[in-house]
Amino acid sequence: MSDPTARVPRVDADEPTGRVVVDGDPTLIVRHPIIDMKDLWKTYRPGSLDVHALRGVTVTVEEGEFVAIMGPSGSGKSTLMHIMGCLDIPTSGSYTLNGADVSRLSETALARIRNREIGFVFQQYNLLPRLTAWRNIELPLIYARVPGPERRRRALIALDQVGLSARAEHRPTQLSGGQQQRVALARALVTNPALLLADEPTGNLDTAAAGEILGLLQELHRAGRTVVLITHEPEVASVADRTLRIRDGQIETAEIAA
Amino acid sequence: MRWRDTLRSGLEAILGHGLRSLLTILGIMIGIAAVILTVGLGEGAQSSVNSAISALGSNLLVVTPGSTTSAAGVRGGFGTASTLTLADADALGSKKVAPNVIAVAPQAETIEVLTAGSTNWTTTAVGTTASWLTVRDRQVEEGGFFTSQEVSGADDVVVLGPTTASELFGAESPIDQTVTINGEPLTVIGVLTSAGSSGSTDLDDMAILPITTAQQQIFTGTFATSVSTIYCEANSSAGLSGAYQEIDDELLAAHHIDEPSDADFTITSQTTIASTANSVNRTLTDLLAGVAGISLLVGGIGVMNIMLVSVTERVREIGLRKALGAAPTDIRRQFLVEASSLGLLGGIGGVLVGFVGTVVLPHLESNPVSLSIPATIGAVLVAIAIGLVFGVYPATRAARLSPIDALRSE
Repeated sequence: MSDPTARVPRVDADEPTGRVVVDGDPTLIVRHPIIDMKDLWKTYRPGSLDVHALRGVTVTVEEGEFVAIMGPSGSGKSTLMHIMGCLDIPTSGSYTLNGADVSRLSETALARIRNREIGFVFQQYNLLPRLTAWRNIELPLIYARVPGPERRRRALIALDQVGLSARAEHRPTQLSGGQQQRVALARALVTNPALLLADEPTGNLDTAAAGEILGLLQELHRAGRTVVLITHEPEVASVADRTLRIRDGQIETAEIAA
Repeated sequence: MRWRDTLRSGLEAILGHGLRSLLTILGIMIGIAAVILTVGLGEGAQSSVNSAISALGSNLLVVTPGSTTSAAGVRGGFGTASTLTLADADALGSKKVAPNVIAVAPQAETIEVLTAGSTNWTTTAVGTTASWLTVRDRQVEEGGFFTSQEVSGADDVVVLGPTTASELFGAESPIDQTVTINGEPLTVIGVLTSAGSSGSTDLDDMAILPITTAQQQIFTGTFATSVSTIYCEANSSAGLSGAYQEIDDELLAAHHIDEPSDADFTITSQTTIASTANSVNRTLTDLLAGVAGISLLVGGIGVMNIMLVSVTERVREIGLRKALGAAPTDIRRQFLVEASSLGLLGGIGGVLVGFVGTVVLPHLESNPVSLSIPATIGAVLVAIAIGLVFGVYPATRAARLSPIDALRSE
């Protein structure tokens, strides 16, 4: 599947569920895969000893899905998230993201993919302390070369989506943890990415704030977004449609959540 | 990333660390100001030397005696011999001998004590001829200058420099007053217009008297028989080399010297005097500019140092920007803009300090300082270039950071 010509046709943006009807048969509904990973290996070489962080991982996430990836620390969860987020490339295997093979791209090409296709939410929020909320949100648009007024307009819309319109001019230090994470979520949404990748988004939050963030993620999922949530907490993972467990660099079981 | 956003992001980073940026800018500023001021001092010194040389008179050739050689073989250096005489000067004044020379002013001088009533003043007494005034390009402020008749008659008259006049007579007019030199009473007939100083010589403090009077009545020893300098004015700057040749030929013949290399006199022109003085100046300026350049280099290292700190401190920010889609080029540019902005601000600050320096320095010491526009623009460009050059390494380091490692750091 490493052949870059093997592309799946993109889904019509007007189709909120992301379902396309193939061959005119209304009963055969094909979902368009956002993530298609096949036999991924990631090997690190600290010294002469090979360390396999991933040992042949195969994962498919369809458009509009809400998938949780669970695993203890050291399981390869972070490595999987890095490769999924195009922050790193696999040692072998193929990874097709939204129809394009991204497993062998240069650093600059990966940066462009991250900018267009992926919205990150981190445990540490990672907001720039000197910038106000809306200016944090516009950051990805700066790298997409969107003009200034348009950036502000879209940043304010994204801020509205997470219910923080009133906090546009506040700096991160003037916001609570939950609010900061909501700003980070708005920043992830502002480019309208194909994939929302949340890495322990509730790790630093109290139960109430964590609930709000998970609620927002569910809401976004219901609106048609593809969400991948990485966590080690089963109750967090339970909000997803499907949970993948990873252990020792391999996917253990794939189960559909109730 | 658009250039405008890159610029804004760089400037915000500079403003975000006000004190640190200011100190870095200060380093560049001092370097640039030092360069501007040393170059300005050098140019000022050069123009003051040039004006001092042209103050000697125009199209001037200066004949000085050669060196003496004692019985023991010790050579005394230029000007120590007393081989030039009034007769030499008279010969050079002849139209037949030297057609390209239009005026000749021999000069014999010693330090004498001038007395006027109860006041006295020690200064240079210069014995010369009537053409001294035109040859040396001087003017008379008050009264007149002595004539050729007064020179040939060895009249007891004297013309004073303005400083000498005020030292002896204060606010009173010195005209027709009597000044006594070495027991010889002389009548003051004129006061020169101020001409400032030529190098170390004060052109306003002197007493000018007919060379005949000086040598017959006042000077003693070799000063009574020889002259220390003969100033010859050529008819034009084009006639300078002709005049040079005529003077050389005549003096060699008059002194019975066959080999030009054995000449007991030296002829110098304003050009050679100017180039000698300027080459000394240039050496000093180059030396100072070298020191200033080193301080600029230190300033550049300061920029690099602070940029490296800035990269280390913002590893997380760099990681985040990369995760959000910043390409290595975007990150590199952002830090280069930051570094060159530090350079630019330092350059502008340095030029401002340089401007203040050119105004203040001449009040603290006598040397003039001139500020050249090309040097100023050059200094600002150099400052930006220094920021860029010393920013390349930190910026490249930032651009190469892996987003994963950067995000993971605490």
